This record gives sequence, C-alpha cells and structure tokens, in this order.
Amino acid sequence: MSAKVNRIALKSILYKEINRFMRIWVQTLVPPAITITLYFVIFGSLIGSRIGEMGGFDYMSFIVPGLIMMSVITNSYSNVASSFFSAKWQRNVEEMLVAPVPNWVIVAGYVGGGMARGILVGLIVTLVSLFFVDIQIHNLAVIIITVCLTSAVFSLGGLINAVFAGSFDDISIIPTFVLTPLTYLGGVFYSISLLPDFWQGVSQINPIVYMVNAFRYGFLGITDVNLTLAFSVLGVFIVTLYTIAMTLITKGIGLRS
Amino acid sequence: MQHALEISHLEKVYKGGFKALKGIDLTVKQGDFFALLGPNGAGKSTTIGIISSLVNKTSGKVKVFGHDIDSELEQAKSYLGLVPQEFNFNQFEKLTTILVNQAGYYGVERSVAHQRAEKYLKQLELWDKRNDSARMLSGGMKRRLMIARALMHEPKILILDEPTAGVDIELRRSMWDFLREINKQGITIILTTHYLEEAEMLCRNIAIIDKGTIVENTNMKALLAKLDMETFVLDIAKGSICEQLSDFNSRMIDDHTLEVDVKKSQSINQVFSQLSEQGIEVYSMRNKSNRLEELFVSLIGNAQVNGATQENN
Repeated sequence: MSAKVNRIALKSILYKEINRFMRIWVQTLVPPAITITLYFVIFGSLIGSRIGEMGGFDYMSFIVPGLIMMSVITNSYSNVASSFFSAKWQRNVEEMLVAPVPNWVIVAGYVGGGMARGILVGLIVTLVSLFFVDIQIHNLAVIIITVCLTSAVFSLGGLINAVFAGSFDDISIIPTFVLTPLTYLGGVFYSISLLPDFWQGVSQINPIVYMVNAFRYGFLGITDVNLTLAFSVLGVFIVTLYTIAMTLITKGIGLRS
Repeated sequence: MQHALEISHLEKVYKGGFKALKGIDLTVKQGDFFALLGPNGAGKSTTIGIISSLVNKTSGKVKVFGHDIDSELEQAKSYLGLVPQEFNFNQFEKLTTILVNQAGYYGVERSVAHQRAEKYLKQLELWDKRNDSARMLSGGMKRRLMIARALMHEPKILILDEPTAGVDIELRRSMWDFLREINKQGITIILTTHYLEEAEMLCRNIAIIDKGTIVENTNMKALLAKLDMETFVLDIAKGSICEQLSDFNSRMIDDHTLEVDVKKSQSINQVFSQLSEQGIEVYSMRNKSNRLEELFVSLIGNAQVNGATQENN
C-alpha cells in the first residue's frame, strides 16, 4: 500500500486511541493527578521536610522528576495494555486485521496512543507539582527525549502484555508484580548512591533506574548513571520490544486462529 | 470475465487436529450474488475467515481479483468488505466514529469518510442514531451498522456471514432490497445464511458445504431444477372427505388440510380436477417447505450417507 494510505491508517488508529482515553478522562487523567498530589503531600511536605537534602537539592525537588516519570511509565503501559486487550476481547481488533493496514502501522498506532497518554499525564503531573515546588530545567532536550523513549518502551511492553493476555486479570499482573516494584526500587524516592555497594550493583540491572536518572538529569543536572548508557538501555529495549511485538502481531498470536 | 474470488485446494486443520476444510475449490464471478450454504460447523465461517485473513490457512490458494493472499495480502484485503456473524465493533464508540475510523484503515481521508458515513447511515436508516454509542442500538441496527462499516471503503466484494440472523421479517426484506441494489451497482456479494429462502430469493449461484467439503456448486436455477417433487399444502372446506387421489400421494392432515406430493412430470391441474370431481373446494395453497430447503436436506443427507459408507468401507 502507498505511504499515503499508511499515513491515513496510522492517523486513524492514533485518533481512535487518543479519543478513547480522552472519552474516559475521569478514569485515565484524573487519578494520576490525585495520586501524585498525595505523594507530594506525604513524601514531599510531611516526611520530606525531615529528610533534608538529597543530591544537593531539597527532597521535594529531588523526587519530582521520578514521580513524573512514574506516572508516564504507568499510564503508557496501562493505556496500551487495556486498549489492545479490550479490542481483542470485543473483537474490534478485527476491524484493523481485515483492512490493508501493515502490522508496523498497528504497532505504531497503539504505541503512539500509549505515548500520547503517558506524556499528557506527565504534563498534568508536572503542572500539579508546580503547586508544591519550583521546577527548574537543566536540559530540555534530555527531558523530551527521555520521556518519549520511556513512554515508547512501556507502550510496547503493554502491547506485548495485551497480546498474551487471556483475561482482564492478565493485564494487571505485570504492573502489580513487576512494574510497581521496579519503579519503587528505581531511584524515584532516593539516590542509589545511598545504597550499600551490593544493592547499588543490583540496581544497575533495573532499567527504570536509567530512565529516572536521565529524566532527573534533564531537570536538576544530577544523575547516578551515565547518560549515554541510559539512552543505550532505552534504545536496546525499544528495538527488542518492537521486534517481539511485530513478531507476535505478524504471527497472529492470540489474534488469528 | 475476471473472477472475484478463486479458491483452490483450501485446507484448514485447527490445533487439536480438527479438519475444518478438506481441500475445497470455489470460484465466484465478478458481479455475482453468491450463496455459501451449509449446516453449523460445515466450514463456512472458516472459509470466510481465511479469505478475510482472520484465520490462517493450512494449505491451498486464495485469490481476490487475481491477488494472492500469500503474496499480495494488502491488495487483496483492499477489495474486501466483511460483515461478520458476531458484532465486533467497539460498543462504546459513536456510530460515526466507528465508520470514519474504519474508512481510515483503508486510506480514506476523514473528509471523504464523513460524507460516506452520512450516505450509508441514511441508506441504512441509522442517521438519527449517528451520535449514539453503538451499544445503544437494537440487534437489527447493529447488523446494519456492520453493513455500513463494510461499505465505507467501497469494496468490490462484500462478504456477509449470516447478515439477517435474528432480524425481523420487515427489516430482513429491507436489507434484501439494499443488498440487491448494491449488487446491481456492481459489488460482488458472497452470503452465508441459515435462511434458505434468503439464498433462493437473492442469489444467482450457490455452493453447499458440509463437513469441510463442497457437495454442490452450481447456479440456483440448475439446482432447483434437480428438485423432482414438491409437496403442496391445500386448505380445503372444513369437513371435506377426500378420497385418495389417483397418481398422487396425498394425505389429510386434519379435517380441512390436505397434503399432496406433485412430481415434476405431473401437472397440478390434475390435482384440482380430481378434487373438483369429489366436490371439494380449495381455498388456498402453499408449498410445504422452501424448495431449496428440500434440496439442501437431501444433499446434506446424501453427503452424510456417503460419508458413513466411506467410513464403513
């Protein structure tokens, strides 16, 4: 099919995906704002004031980038996981499967939708954080690149989860048992330099550490990891997860009998 | 004339070893109104699923307007419009959104798609519901929505899998009129249905599939010509005593209903003559069952007998 047909098909999937999470904004956009407000109140104002500085910044300023990134990760993942699984469950995914839409357009459309929600929620959380702390920006390009790559990684992860999922329970297992622990242990609330050497080493295999630290560098100019390594990790994850997602969709796993 | 659809040696074996299609061959001419009939589990939906790439085939070839689904899948898909048996749209989306997005998957610009959505929603009497969620529609409306959706990219072939299942008679007839009209405009239509009357009324050519094998593939007239006997039900004056008609098998069902078997070589006038001689008045007459239904039962029955014989051998 021509590039024009593919472009219109991609736009249609993106429109559908963005329309979906905007239609149910009370479920998709409001909860992250409330959750993050609670984090700011409890960890920032109440407990944070007793912690003092971290990495040369007051605790509230230190955790803001991590909290934004946590929202981006969670929302990118859950958007694609629930949307694609719903499309499978209601069988309206067949609307795309019978059409001359190349598989890469389907993957790009869903990932784009997940990124859109992740980034929009990230913006909302950033606006909420302005009520609690003065946000400084050290390197805007690093912030934008990190948030885009991270939301792409977790959108791809959500898509793979949805392809394998056989029930709605299956799309909450990974976020509960994998994503939440990795995020909480990924340097959102602390600098990994505070950990004993052994646990610092263990943290190096947690990919979220690289994403949170690259993002924090964009805001505060401090990081526990090498930026080049952080972007390399993101790149490797994107290529690997995209390859897996394309293979699954092309083979029709869970989609075609 | 170019074939709209060519299927050769098509086989499908599902996981677990169930052989749904056993090497079927089928061709549908461009512009045809074609019926694919068969009992439940015969392989109709599997065949349609393979053509529309929702089911992976095990072996064989499928070509849509000459485009092989193995090597030119996207071109082949662009000619097809599918109306599946089950409702498969997002129940929470508005009708217009469903239609415009579907057109987009085929590369139709949104401005053009909005015009087409209006055209088909009006033609299928759904325009008043255009801003409602799909879940608010009745069953018949949902079926019409799926027909509108399948037409949004103006396909050359429209495949309908049981399109009038659960639809009331009035609506079914209006859908028949709509399908006849779009067929006149040049769209090839392939229909599966449980309503044999529907196939007889609409379709010019027919294939009957049973247990993954095509047991008949011919035109409707030729098929109906195979029917060598019809049974008529006559509504006669109450309390009439009808003696056995000569040369006809006849039986009284109750005190005012007579059934008569009439062979193709016999004239129905003879039935009326004999009833007149007996002084019996006939108020009305109808076929006992749909003609195609009788043939269908006989063909499927023969296939089962042949199958049983082969198994015994």
